Amino acid sequence: MGLPVPPFATDLFGPEAIIMKGLNGLNWRISDYEARGGYQALRKILAEKIPPEQIVNEVKKSALRGRGGAGFPTGLKWSFMPRQFPGRKYLVCNSDEGEPGTFKDRDLLRYNPHIVIEGMIIAGYAMGTPVGYNYIHGEIWDIYERFEEALEEARAAGYLGKNILGSDFGFELYAHHGYGAYICGEETALLESLEGKKGLPRFKPPFPASYGLYGKPTTINNTETFAAVPWIILNGGEEFLNLGRPNNGGTKIFSVSGDVARPGNYEVRLGTPFEKLLEMAGGMKDGRKLKACIPGGSSMPVLPAHIMMETDMDYDSIAKAGSMLGSGAVIIMDETRCMVRCLLRLSYFYFEESCGQCTPCREGTGWLYRMVDRIERGRGKPEDFDVLNSVSDNIAGRTICALGDAAALPVKSFIKHFRGEFEYHMEHKNCLVPDYV
Amino acid sequence: MLEIEVNGKLLEVPDGATIMDATNQAGVYVPHFCYHKKLSIAANCRMCLVQVEKAPKPLPACATPVTNGMKVFTHSEQAVDAQKGVMEFLLINHPLDCPICDQGGECQLQDLAVGYGASGSRYEEPKRVVTDKNLGPLISTDMTRCIHCTRCVRFGQEIAGIMELGMIGRGEHAEIITFVGKTVDSELSGNVIDLCPVGALTSKPFRYTARTWELTRKASVSPHCGLGSNLTVQVKQNRVMRVLPRENEAINECWLSDKDRFSYEGLNSEQRLARPMLKRGGAWQEVEWQVALEHVANELKRIRDQHGGQAIGGLATPHQTLEELHLLQKFIRGLGSGNVDFRLRQSDFSTDGKLKGAPWLGMKIAEVGKLDRVLVVGSTLRKDHPLLAHRLRQATKRGTQLSVINPFDDDLLMRVAHKAIVAPAAMPDMLAQVLNAAARIKNAPLPEAVRSALERVTVSESAQRIAASLASGQNAAVFLGNLAQHHPHAGELHALAQELAAVTGARFGFLGEASNSVGGYIAGAVPFAGVPAGMNASLMLAQPRKAYLLLGVEAELDTHDPQQAVAALKSAELVVAMSPYQHRALEYAHVLLPVAPFTETAGTFINAEGTAQSFSGVVAPLGETRPAWKVLRVLGNLLGLAGFDHDSAEEVRREVLGAGADASGKLENRLSAIRLDALAPAQASGLQRIAEVPIYSTDAIVRRSRSLQQTRDAAPPVAWMNRALHERLGLREGDHVRVRQEGGEAVVPAAIDDRLPADCIRLAAARPETAALGAMFGTVGAERVAAQRRVAG
Repeated sequence: MGLPVPPFATDLFGPEAIIMKGLNGLNWRISDYEARGGYQALRKILAEKIPPEQIVNEVKKSALRGRGGAGFPTGLKWSFMPRQFPGRKYLVCNSDEGEPGTFKDRDLLRYNPHIVIEGMIIAGYAMGTPVGYNYIHGEIWDIYERFEEALEEARAAGYLGKNILGSDFGFELYAHHGYGAYICGEETALLESLEGKKGLPRFKPPFPASYGLYGKPTTINNTETFAAVPWIILNGGEEFLNLGRPNNGGTKIFSVSGDVARPGNYEVRLGTPFEKLLEMAGGMKDGRKLKACIPGGSSMPVLPAHIMMETDMDYDSIAKAGSMLGSGAVIIMDETRCMVRCLLRLSYFYFEESCGQCTPCREGTGWLYRMVDRIERGRGKPEDFDVLNSVSDNIAGRTICALGDAAALPVKSFIKHFRGEFEYHMEHKNCLVPDYV
Repeated sequence: MLEIEVNGKLLEVPDGATIMDATNQAGVYVPHFCYHKKLSIAANCRMCLVQVEKAPKPLPACATPVTNGMKVFTHSEQAVDAQKGVMEFLLINHPLDCPICDQGGECQLQDLAVGYGASGSRYEEPKRVVTDKNLGPLISTDMTRCIHCTRCVRFGQEIAGIMELGMIGRGEHAEIITFVGKTVDSELSGNVIDLCPVGALTSKPFRYTARTWELTRKASVSPHCGLGSNLTVQVKQNRVMRVLPRENEAINECWLSDKDRFSYEGLNSEQRLARPMLKRGGAWQEVEWQVALEHVANELKRIRDQHGGQAIGGLATPHQTLEELHLLQKFIRGLGSGNVDFRLRQSDFSTDGKLKGAPWLGMKIAEVGKLDRVLVVGSTLRKDHPLLAHRLRQATKRGTQLSVINPFDDDLLMRVAHKAIVAPAAMPDMLAQVLNAAARIKNAPLPEAVRSALERVTVSESAQRIAASLASGQNAAVFLGNLAQHHPHAGELHALAQELAAVTGARFGFLGEASNSVGGYIAGAVPFAGVPAGMNASLMLAQPRKAYLLLGVEAELDTHDPQQAVAALKSAELVVAMSPYQHRALEYAHVLLPVAPFTETAGTFINAEGTAQSFSGVVAPLGETRPAWKVLRVLGNLLGLAGFDHDSAEEVRREVLGAGADASGKLENRLSAIRLDALAPAQASGLQRIAEVPIYSTDAIVRRSRSLQQTRDAAPPVAWMNRALHERLGLREGDHVRVRQEGGEAVVPAAIDDRLPADCIRLAAARPETAALGAMFGTVGAERVAAQRRVAG
């Protein structure tokens, strides 16, 4: 079946969509966005001279949580910005979407770039940051170009620059094309990269809110987070919160991939049962059975089918089930998937993408990868479980950034839930699952 | 102040302190690799993870700021578990080649592995191998051993001011490399050897020559630049094997320049002179000390009787010890001569007699880093004073404005606020402009003598900016560098700098050229310091004497005008060369006496800040070599001179400095009287030579360090000139140029440096290639020597 070709049905992203609502793949331009009610939130703020604090409060009320993976409350993050700081402050949008399984920000920027621009302008207003950057993943060129085009439109329409819409508020926004390293999605590595340096995460504290881009106070949010802001301003934080569940406000775009009939992005209210999301994605491909699911991007623990089918898609429910919502990348694995090989693929990814800066991750990811590789090749032995677990423990929580945790968590969860498959590899020197064609 | 509990012990630390600061203060050791007190915090090795109460995971002590009431456990189960985990990771890819590793026995990883490593490894996968890199002649690499702590990278960026090493690649592929195809050429590069916690970067000259536990460690003082860096000299079987820094926060901190570190190779040079030699009937023969000394004594007696004492002159380098310089001047004066000097590269002695003391830095070395406005006149700062340059570099990072007046525009690897690049002859005028502008800004009256001399000076824009910068400081200083001291108008520069400092409220000092540039004055090894008065170094050679005593001097390399110096020596009836080396003196000397270098004698150097640092010999003298102070004492006895009965170097030192060994009362930069001739913009007449002394040509020992002589800083001299002159001489790429000066010439490659002033040729002195030339800043002629056509076949 191939990818949907525009124009496509306007509920392609699901009937509950508010960010991706009304998109047909072609209507991304500023006129289309304005026709959908775009830039009304910004106009309202400037016309009514809404005080910045009120905007931050509204975002707090909405229980909007960071959509990039960590799920940190956005309103709280915005309130960390030192308002009285005399020098320059920066706003950064993290569009360096690199988490395997995640492809929502890409669609967001491709089909609705102005909603991100508007969200950033409002955030700039709320935090008093006159300059923003959108750091776009290095491997998606066309989207970088489209965003530049959208920026031109916004500038021409007077939404960017000095004295926006005749007010005394000014905001400049620039697109920055990244360099394609996974680690640059880590916010402080992103800042380093944005400064023109090698993308190495910084030690925290200090956090970006006090020492960010070029050493100045900086707020970094995910693309989808910014995209949720205009709706919150127009409809109120309370309303946004009510779309989801307490502490889990609003809708979330899930990138469903793997063995489903219709992989793609689906925007649903937080708290939607997994079963329903799976249904939206056309159910399991070729009628096979669900074996496992990684509900939040490759860095999060895998969950077996029986747990997953009883879980709702929101931060707290998934955490309760033993994984994390992360970036909302739902990776579906059916009964034909070899869990050892799946883990091998993940371990290789983290081995390759470790920045190499700090010891546990630089050395540990290679160790994990090589052990899993050995097991996959039928040369594993029972003692390897202990070593895998203890090496994972020695990485997790001991590194500069979260990549170490991201490399360790899958290993532990795969062993926890699918130990039998690993043992089968060790005993029989081949795979439990017949080769998948 | 913040309160913190370290392993149950309560202490107070200043705001902003890290846990590592607190544990250091508490005397608790936290294992670490990437942390270094002088470098920025990287927190990448993770070895210093400690348990912090209420923190969900262990935190790195080096990077975690202390909060009030924090409770830290450095040896709890959680902490040790984390530390052991990191140690295991560090070891999985580290080769187990300690038995053949030069770092063995002084390796942080090896040491900590004893405490935190397991006896066996759980790692059964293949190990990583990293190709070695060529970092040049000083640093050897075994990159497979690298643990990626990035100390070497941070050292380059933060201390040396140039990022010559960097980490490329990600994850396990990360490795330390130089910039594509480049070597590490910083004059401070050797410090990365000390910083490297493993055997990845080791000393190339020292490689495979000894194990650390075979070496005895002896304290010494560097005999090179004016800093007097503190050394630990490591000795095996009476041979100096290696030199390491001895930490002294007030002088060299924990660093050493490459010159201080690697010059020891010169001590073991095959050119060392092992026995006295005498020229008889035109042929050199080795003789007993007794024979040599009696010959010298008899000849000196004969010459004194025939021509008077003033026919005898004594010349020493400023790298000799205080004791040697003192006995030399005492000996010369005992012979009825006042001709004694150690300022061999100086040409203007107009301040002699107006100096009330020894010219010095004008402050403590450590204070240099605290200045907020600095003007340096005439200096190849980085090369002449690597560690002073480092202190200034750190200061400029904190906002200090550095200005320079120089005849060249070398990259100082630090922010230079203002600069005036002018020909040597125009330097006094430029300094006068700054003085004029500063006097106007400060509305300060100038002494009559100065004001009248400055009448024809017009203030340029750059002078105005330098003056404004200097005048705006709270803690400013004006420094005269080596080039300013060698300058043909050094006296004028001195007077102008003194007045500029007075007008702007700045301090004023000299960046001491050599280890004993201050000590030479205090020892009285200058012609005006005693009775009788005599000729200075320049005059002694311009008006040849009948006899010369040379102490450490290699005339063709150590003097302001080697042409004149060698001619004068060749015409003398007696030249006694006291040196550790057999050198070109064979051509002009009559007696060679092997005297000890600094490692083989006790002695004292008084550094630029006026601190007298005494040291003992660390090895026995080579062969028949004798300490120079003993040689001079015996000569004094043989000639029946009074006051030559010292039994130790210490006794000699007491004679100079008194019991306290304190020289501070004898330091003074102010001239008692100033006389300036009218200053005016220099009239161009012919081509002017700019001659600096290259970093690895300054003295006899460093000139014989094989490794240093292979560095880029020791490359053969090149005649640098700007494009206009290059074109005027009809030069093309690859051409040589014949530089002529007073009958001598040098043929060297020509090269373009467009930052040089017009009509100047920059050509190094103190090099054999240019030893036939005359005065360092004289007028020269130049003509093209076409590149040799390649012969086919």
